[in-house]
Amino acid sequence: MPKGLSQTGYISKEELEKAPGIPSAERRKKGPVAVIECIQDIPCNPCETSCPTGAITVGEDITNLPVLDEEKCVGCRSCVPICPGQAIFVVDESLDNGKATVTVPYEFLPLPEKGQTVIALDRSGKELGEAVVDSVRVSEKMDHTTLVTILVPREWSMEARGFRRK
Amino acid sequence: MKRYEMISIGAGPAGLAGAIEAAKRGVQVVVFDENDRPGGQLFKQIHKFFGSYEHFARIRGFNIGKQLLEEANRLGVEVFLNAVVIGVYEGLVLNVMMNNSIIEHVRAEKILVATGASENMIPFPGWTLPGVIGAGAAQTMANIHGIRPGNKILMVGSGNVGLVVSYQLLQAGCNVAAIIDAAPQIGGYGVHAAKVARYGVPFYMSHTIKAAHGKQRVEGATVIEVDKNWRPVPGTEKDFDVDTICLAVGLNPMTQLLRMSKCKMVYEPVLGGYVPAHDINQETSIPGIYAAGDVSGIEEASTAIIEGRIAGLSIAHSLGYMDTEDFLREREEQLRNLKGLRSGGHGEARGSAKEHLIQALEG
Repeated sequence: MPKGLSQTGYISKEELEKAPGIPSAERRKKGPVAVIECIQDIPCNPCETSCPTGAITVGEDITNLPVLDEEKCVGCRSCVPICPGQAIFVVDESLDNGKATVTVPYEFLPLPEKGQTVIALDRSGKELGEAVVDSVRVSEKMDHTTLVTILVPREWSMEARGFRRK
Repeated sequence: MKRYEMISIGAGPAGLAGAIEAAKRGVQVVVFDENDRPGGQLFKQIHKFFGSYEHFARIRGFNIGKQLLEEANRLGVEVFLNAVVIGVYEGLVLNVMMNNSIIEHVRAEKILVATGASENMIPFPGWTLPGVIGAGAAQTMANIHGIRPGNKILMVGSGNVGLVVSYQLLQAGCNVAAIIDAAPQIGGYGVHAAKVARYGVPFYMSHTIKAAHGKQRVEGATVIEVDKNWRPVPGTEKDFDVDTICLAVGLNPMTQLLRMSKCKMVYEPVLGGYVPAHDINQETSIPGIYAAGDVSGIEEASTAIIEGRIAGLSIAHSLGYMDTEDFLREREEQLRNLKGLRSGGHGEARGSAKEHLIQALEG
């Protein structure tokens, strides 16, 4: 059995494949969509209640894993700052220049600026390489969780989950 | 001797929630807390909480603390700070050391013991060096006092305290060199682990601390792998260049007052050790003495709040401030919330240990 979240602290490829909150490769190509990397039965459901299109289902038993309806998801990012576990990201692989964007919840200061070059990190904190900050969204409602969208090569869209400033 | 209808001991989530529920129904309540500010550990909790909306989900802990304090103030609950309850005697009589000077003798019709927990420590060569601190202490320094406890941190323990504090130390600008745990699996929530892993913090499972090095203070640490029987494996040592070692190796319920009152205690390792048997209303084996929050078994702030509410409701009911129908209906709602939080892989074991406490009282 390959090592996973309980040993390394990050989700393995095998675990990711089984998670019910991961959109298909076809869906990701169509435009922004939520990627819910929640694989433990934690009693928690703000993602479900935050979704304006009803694309996330946890259900009556709040320890159920969130299930994504990828057709209903419009990639609005409402769920990203709401998740107390910072386990939801939004990826957009519809860009036509071989690029993709990844939106991550960010809680470090100072905040990056739009256009700034940063180093994209994968789930284990390994440096993937340079990425450019596409947008930085702060709102009172998000209560000090900032949404940072980074522009990365498309092959990193399911790898890049954080970044550090250069 | 001053008399009160209800005394909450501890102004943390459980004590405040209990005081609020009771005061809402008209009970005259005071809260004693030994600290110089109220809120217990809530004001250190700068992360967003799990749960559903009824459980304060996605609200940061310190904001939950603010809400509770505002509500308590609005209801006229008097909170005495620097007030150390030093004894509970027969007939629900308490001695309280006020402001480190006078001892007051007070009596209550009902007491809610919500004294919380203290951090466990583990001994190892060098553990008395300055720089070896509790993870909770690091959290207090960073989040309450705005002081970085160190620059390069080794976190010992991968439960939620170890994970959350590691993340918050990253936010404070520290470098977390590693999180180690003698257990083969991460103890806390995977999502908390993933938050630090993605910023490059490595996990060393099945590793324990062998020694802290340094003359005047911590200048480094050595960790060592342990086998299936928790025995160190020679030759697997790894050195870390750190100036601070945080211990996040569990919490211990602060049950001194309950034991002094001769409450029936039960040993439940999952709940942190000896904890009071209590009924569904949080009342212990001594009539009129209730316990809620970490002192009745280590759980989370969200469960502490609900336990406190149940105790407060029961106290209001037993003092005649609530009719039985209302009481049962409101208690049912809180019990349902509690059940929700005690589900899932992490919560179920705590939930069944809590069942044992209730059986121990009834059996």
